[in-house]
Amino acid sequence: MFDVPLSALVAQVFTGLVLGGILVLMAIGLSLIFGLMTVVNFAHGAFYMLGAYVAFSLLGLTKSFWATLVLAPLVVGTLGLLVERLLIRRLYGRSPDDPLLLTFGLSLAMVEGVKLLWGKIGLTVDPPKQLSSAVDLGFMNFPVYRLFVIAVTAAALVALWLFLEKTNVGLIIRAGSRDALMVRALGLDLNRIWLLVFGIGIGMAGLAGVLAGPMRGVYAEMGVEIIIECFVVVVVGGMGSLAGAIVAGLLMGEIVSLTTFFAPKLAEIVVFVVMAVVLLVRPSGLFGEAGLAE
Amino acid sequence: MHRRGFLTTTAAGVTLLAFPAVLRAQSKEPIRIGFPLPLTGTFAAIAADLQKGAQLAVEEINAKGGVMGRKLEVLFRDDELKPAVGAQRTKELIENQKVDFVVGGLAAHVQMAINEQTKAAKKLYISVSQSDEISAKPDTSPLTFHEALNPTITSRAMATYGMQNIGKKWWVVYADYAWGKQNNVVFNAAIAKLGGTVLGSTPYPLGKPEFSAHLPKIQAAKPDAIYAVTPGADNVPFLKQAISFGLKKDAKIAQPLHFLYYTKEGGAEVFQDIYGATHFCHELAETLPQAKRYVEAFTKRFNQPPDAYSGYGFNGIHEVARGVELAKSTDSDAVANALRKNREYDHYKGKQWWRACDNKSFQDLWIIRVRSPQQVKGEWGLFDVIGKVAANEELDRTCAEKGHA
Repeated sequence: MFDVPLSALVAQVFTGLVLGGILVLMAIGLSLIFGLMTVVNFAHGAFYMLGAYVAFSLLGLTKSFWATLVLAPLVVGTLGLLVERLLIRRLYGRSPDDPLLLTFGLSLAMVEGVKLLWGKIGLTVDPPKQLSSAVDLGFMNFPVYRLFVIAVTAAALVALWLFLEKTNVGLIIRAGSRDALMVRALGLDLNRIWLLVFGIGIGMAGLAGVLAGPMRGVYAEMGVEIIIECFVVVVVGGMGSLAGAIVAGLLMGEIVSLTTFFAPKLAEIVVFVVMAVVLLVRPSGLFGEAGLAE
Repeated sequence: MHRRGFLTTTAAGVTLLAFPAVLRAQSKEPIRIGFPLPLTGTFAAIAADLQKGAQLAVEEINAKGGVMGRKLEVLFRDDELKPAVGAQRTKELIENQKVDFVVGGLAAHVQMAINEQTKAAKKLYISVSQSDEISAKPDTSPLTFHEALNPTITSRAMATYGMQNIGKKWWVVYADYAWGKQNNVVFNAAIAKLGGTVLGSTPYPLGKPEFSAHLPKIQAAKPDAIYAVTPGADNVPFLKQAISFGLKKDAKIAQPLHFLYYTKEGGAEVFQDIYGATHFCHELAETLPQAKRYVEAFTKRFNQPPDAYSGYGFNGIHEVARGVELAKSTDSDAVANALRKNREYDHYKGKQWWRACDNKSFQDLWIIRVRSPQQVKGEWGLFDVIGKVAANEELDRTCAEKGHA
C-alpha cells in the first residue's frame, strides 16, 4: 500500500486542488452569508446547480464560453439579490430556523423548477476548444481546463479579498459581521449591505456551477450532493470564517483525493470523520470564533 | 312513464347499484399494469426510453382490440431512483389503483424494493432492470419474472470478447451500488478465469460524476483496457474526464452496456471506439425483420429510433398480455404458470425464452462499438455491430448456483 511512486502522489494532490477549489468557491459564500446574516443558506447547492444550467443556456445564446463565464454568475447573483430582498429579508429578527427552512424549501422548488424548464434529463457542456486538451506536467497528463479552474478560483478569491480589505463597503461588511448593532448605531444601512453580501455569495456559488458543468455535466441533483460537503467544509473551517472556508475547502479536496487513491471505498465517509474529529477537538472549527454559531 | 316501466327501470338501477362487481365485469374494465420507473435522477433518459417502449406496446395491443376483449392500461409512476419511493409507489399502485400486474423498475436496488411489495401482495412482477439477485433466492419468487439481461451474462460476455479482442490487463471503474458491484465481481472472476489480470478496481458513488481522483492511479497502472461500469448520466462525464486526462490515448475502454441516447449526447468524438454490450440497438433493423418492424413503428410514433431499454418495456407489456391471453385470466398465479408452460416468445428482436427454474429471460446480445465521427450514419447511426452472443443459459449462473433446487 505504501509502495507508491512520488509522482502519483503529486498527481493526486493536484487533482485534489480542483476538487477543493470548487468547494472553496461554494463554502466561502455560505460562510460569508452565515457570518454576516446568520442565515444558514440551504439553497446554496441549488444556486450552484442553477449556475450550471444558466451557463448551458447562455452558451447556446452567446456561443462564447468567456462571455458565459462572466454573465452566468451575474445572472445567478442577481437572482440571489431578489431572493434576499423578497423572501429572506422578511425573516430577519426571527429564529435562525426560519431562514433555514425557507431556503431548504426554496432549494426543493428550484430543483423542480429546473426540471420543468430544462427537462429531467441531464445536459452536457463542453469546455472551450482552447482548454479542452491535456498538458504534460512531467509527472502526469493534466487537463488544461482543470488548471483553468484552479486559476479562476484563485482569481475570484483574490478579488473578494481585495473587495473586503481595500474598499469602504468591505470595511462596513467586516464591521457588520463583528457587531451589527454598532454599525447601525453609526447610521449605516445594513439592509443594503446584507443584500449585497447575499448576492455576492450566491454569485460565487453560480460561478462554481459554471466551472463544474464542463467537468461533471449539468443535472438537477448536482447541488444536493455538493451542499452536504460544503456544510462540512464550513463547520470544519469555522462557521463565518473566510480563511477557514478556504483552508478547510482545500483540505477536504486533498483528503478526498488522497483517500480515493489509497482506499476509494472510504472516500465518501472520510470527510464526515474529519468533521467529527474537528468538532470533538475544536468545536468552533479550525478558524472559528467560539460563540459565533450559538 | 308507465308505472310498470318505472318499476322495471328502478329495479334494474337498484340491482346495478347492489352489484357493482357485476357491472364492472360487464363493462370490461381495462387490465391495469403498474409501472414504476426512475423518471428523475441519473437514469432519467433511459427511463424515458423504457416508458416509450411500454407505451408503444400498449397502443399496439389496444389497437388490435386489447386482451380478452379488455383494454390494457399502464400507470407510470416516478420512483425517483430511491428504493423507499419505489416501494411506496408500488404499494399505492397495488392498493389504491388496484393494478393487476407490475412491470418496470430500472435500477437494480430500486427493483428489489418493488419486488418486495409485489411478493407481499402476490402480484406478478416482470422486472426490466439488470440484476443478478432478482432471479436468485432468497429474493426471487414464483411470481417474479426477469426480462432484462443481468451483470453475470453481460460481464461474462464482455470479458470473453475483451480478452480475445481488446486486451489482457484491465482496470475496472464501477458505480458503487447493486448493479455496479455485481458487474465488478463477475468481470474480475471472468478475466481471471480466462487468464487475464485485473490490475485494480475502483468504486465511485452512483450519480456523482467526479472521477478525477481515480484517474492518475489508473494512468500509473498502465492497463491495456478499462472496464467502465459508469451507467446513466455518469457515462458521458466519465469518458470526457478520462479523455481530458489523456487516458483514452493510453488504454482502450469497454462498458458493460452502451446506450444510444448517451452516446448521441456525448457525441462520436467522445465515444469513438468504445466497446459495449447491448440486448438491442436500432442497427439490428438492418438484419432482423422483427427489429425492422419494431424500429419503424417506434420511430414513427416518437420521431426518434429506440434506445435499448424501450425493448424491455415493450416486452414486459407484451408478456403480461400474452400470459393473460394464455391463462384466460388476470390471476397472477395463473398467468405466471401459463408463461412458464409456454416459455418462448418473440416480440421485437428474435426468439427469447423464460427459464423454468428462475423465470429468467434468455435472449441474444450483441457487442457493439461506436463509430468514428466520419463513419456515423445520419443522426443516429452511431454503432457498429461487431459481434453476437447467442442466447445461452450457460452464460448465467446455473439454477443450483442461484439457489433453485
